[in-house]
Amino acid sequence: MPLDTSSRGTPLVELRDISIAFGGIKAVDHVSVNLYPGEVVGLLGHNGAGKSTLIKCLSGAYQKDAGEILVNGDKATINNPRDARTYHIETIYQTLALADNLDAASNLFLGRELTTPVGFVDDAAMEAETRKIMGRLNPNFRKFADPVSALSGGQRQSVAIARAVYFNAKILIMDEPTAALGPQETQMVAELIDELKRQGLGIFLIDHDVHQVKALCDRASVMKNGQLVGTVRVDDVSEDDILAMIILGKTPEELGVASAAAG
Amino acid sequence: MTDTVSQSQRVEKRKLLDTLEVDTRLLGMIGAFIVVCIVFNVLTDGRFLTARNIFNLTIQTVSVAIMATGMVFVIVTRHIDLSVGSLLATCSAMMAMTQTWFTPDILGLGLNHPLTAPIAILVGIATGVAIGAFHGWLVGYLGIPAFIVTLGGLLVWRNVAWYLTNGQTIGPLDANFRLWGGINGTLGAQWSWIVAIAAVAFALYTLWQSRRSKISHDFPVKPMWAEVLLGAIVAIAILGFVWILNSYQIPGPRLERMFEARGEVMPEGFTAGYGLPLSVLLLILIAIVMTLVARRTRLGRYIFATGGNPDAAELSGINTRLLTVKVFAIMGALCAISAVVASARLTNHSNDIGTLDELRVIAAAVIGGTALAGGIGTIYGAILGALIMQSLQSGMAMVGVDAPLQNIVVGSVLVIAVLVDIIYRKRTGAK
Ligand SMILES: Nc1ncnc2c1ncn2[C@@H]1O[C@H](COP(=O)(O)OP(=O)(O)OP(=O)(O)O)[C@@H](O)[C@H]1O
Ligand SMILES: [Mg+2]
Repeated sequence: MPLDTSSRGTPLVELRDISIAFGGIKAVDHVSVNLYPGEVVGLLGHNGAGKSTLIKCLSGAYQKDAGEILVNGDKATINNPRDARTYHIETIYQTLALADNLDAASNLFLGRELTTPVGFVDDAAMEAETRKIMGRLNPNFRKFADPVSALSGGQRQSVAIARAVYFNAKILIMDEPTAALGPQETQMVAELIDELKRQGLGIFLIDHDVHQVKALCDRASVMKNGQLVGTVRVDDVSEDDILAMIILGKTPEELGVASAAAG
Repeated sequence: MTDTVSQSQRVEKRKLLDTLEVDTRLLGMIGAFIVVCIVFNVLTDGRFLTARNIFNLTIQTVSVAIMATGMVFVIVTRHIDLSVGSLLATCSAMMAMTQTWFTPDILGLGLNHPLTAPIAILVGIATGVAIGAFHGWLVGYLGIPAFIVTLGGLLVWRNVAWYLTNGQTIGPLDANFRLWGGINGTLGAQWSWIVAIAAVAFALYTLWQSRRSKISHDFPVKPMWAEVLLGAIVAIAILGFVWILNSYQIPGPRLERMFEARGEVMPEGFTAGYGLPLSVLLLILIAIVMTLVARRTRLGRYIFATGGNPDAAELSGINTRLLTVKVFAIMGALCAISAVVASARLTNHSNDIGTLDELRVIAAAVIGGTALAGGIGTIYGAILGALIMQSLQSGMAMVGVDAPLQNIVVGSVLVIAVLVDIIYRKRTGAK
């Protein structure tokens, strides 16, 4: 691998040799990826490649069968989403994971409600905070009183993004965060990612848009059929190289060697 | 022409309701309840809406209504509890044993000792919580569907109660314990007024507090007149209810006996109203506590979130398994409290106490707008649902409808109520 990461010290997160199977299907098969502070790593691959499953092992939604997770160089035990939160890992799930019957503020603070001195949930304070953060993410958002089932797909996605960035995450996992967003909102998320990166967060970004990955990410890891094809620095490769990795499952070097041998 | 007029009137009405921010669903249920009352009042030549009958109706509703508040939580989290009637019987048996055998004989306190009732009630609640938590553990941690766990519980606990008492009726129960049954324990007119005024003050304070909190966060608030109107309606409803209960007079011979019991002679022409029964006061307190839990605590928030999307709740770090245990434990505690009211009303524990209550309780919650799909339900709705069911049942009994036909009507009403609810939700786009 021509990636010189050794000189940058300890990674923020390191996933080592992660495997997980559902029944007979090896959804993730000995995959290792890592992430440095202030870095965005793209995760790419065809549908069903195992991207979501891999990051769910990190977010605590699934328990890995084998492998280990290191946070700041120390072995981390992540058995459930509560554990992940204690490591300041926040996740935007592909399915968004919103409670449809609750409003935006209740969803944003779900599991971490603001309370009054008596210990009751402080709905007014939570709504005020939600209005503030939504003002930054999606200024057109108005539906604070409605349950999120009444929101559009993009509005729902904004709520999920707001929830992940509100709580001072150190590690952010974004599983296709802009899939339902319009161009303007997508642009705002891109700016947000840049800003969070400057603040020193590490971000795993799952995205099918190779162009966007090249624009937003520092490195890209490509998966195919549960296995890691390879990790490349996006500036060193072309969009076509990345596409070849996704579709053929071969890194540019392997392809280069193959074409040299053929020629 | 007439069409446009009615159209604009409808718009006006909608605007009024929006301004008041009242739940139109609640209004619909109150409307249905009023219709039921008026129809039976006409059919019984005015016997249905007498102070006496309203008094009886409220005390008959209490036991089912208390359990219905807990059933709301159970159904909101996408579970069901078919065992509440049997659980009530087991709690009732435990409490009856405690007060007729354990405290008088084993603790040597004798009969009608002031500590007997509190000890018995604690034993009952502990029993209910333990059994409920056990159900919750089977459902939450072992993954057995609640339908099956509580269907088993329905058979198990009914017959555990039978074995505890050898199938015998146990009574009479402790005199202080019997105060919780309804007519044997009422506050009297003066205390009822005091409670009513305190309740009005509390309600007005809550309204004012919520307005102030909205203002402090720059959220829109209702116009002042709407606020005042709402406060006035609430105050009149509370005071009116207590006035009705107070105007149900204790019969003369019964009063004389009460004076005799205190070694006094009843003054000539003395009268007294029953006032608020302790059991109804208990129901009101439970309703307030359960509403606070549902709306203002994390537990309530997690209950609704889990019902709305269990996966999302789990991913948000909520321990949904432990939550299931808590929800069933609350249900168990409420079954025990209902058992206090039910057995105190009968003045003894009998084998068939609470039989078919599971159906009444589930029906009350569902008529009250709790969605079996989970995530939606209100405490006041369930209580109103229990009241509507009880009114139908007593009203039909007063009119002289045959028992089988009564059940046919109640069953049909349940199905129609859910249908109306589905149509209403579709129309308003609410979920
Ligand atoms: N809970 C589960 N039970 C059984 N199989 C699962 C489960 N979750 C994922 N899988 C399987 O694991 C494989 C990887 O799925 P995953 O969701 O990780 O794909 P993905 O790369 O995120 O795809 P997409 O781009 O479509 O989101 C698929 O074959 C999928 O069917
Ligand atoms: Mg995926």
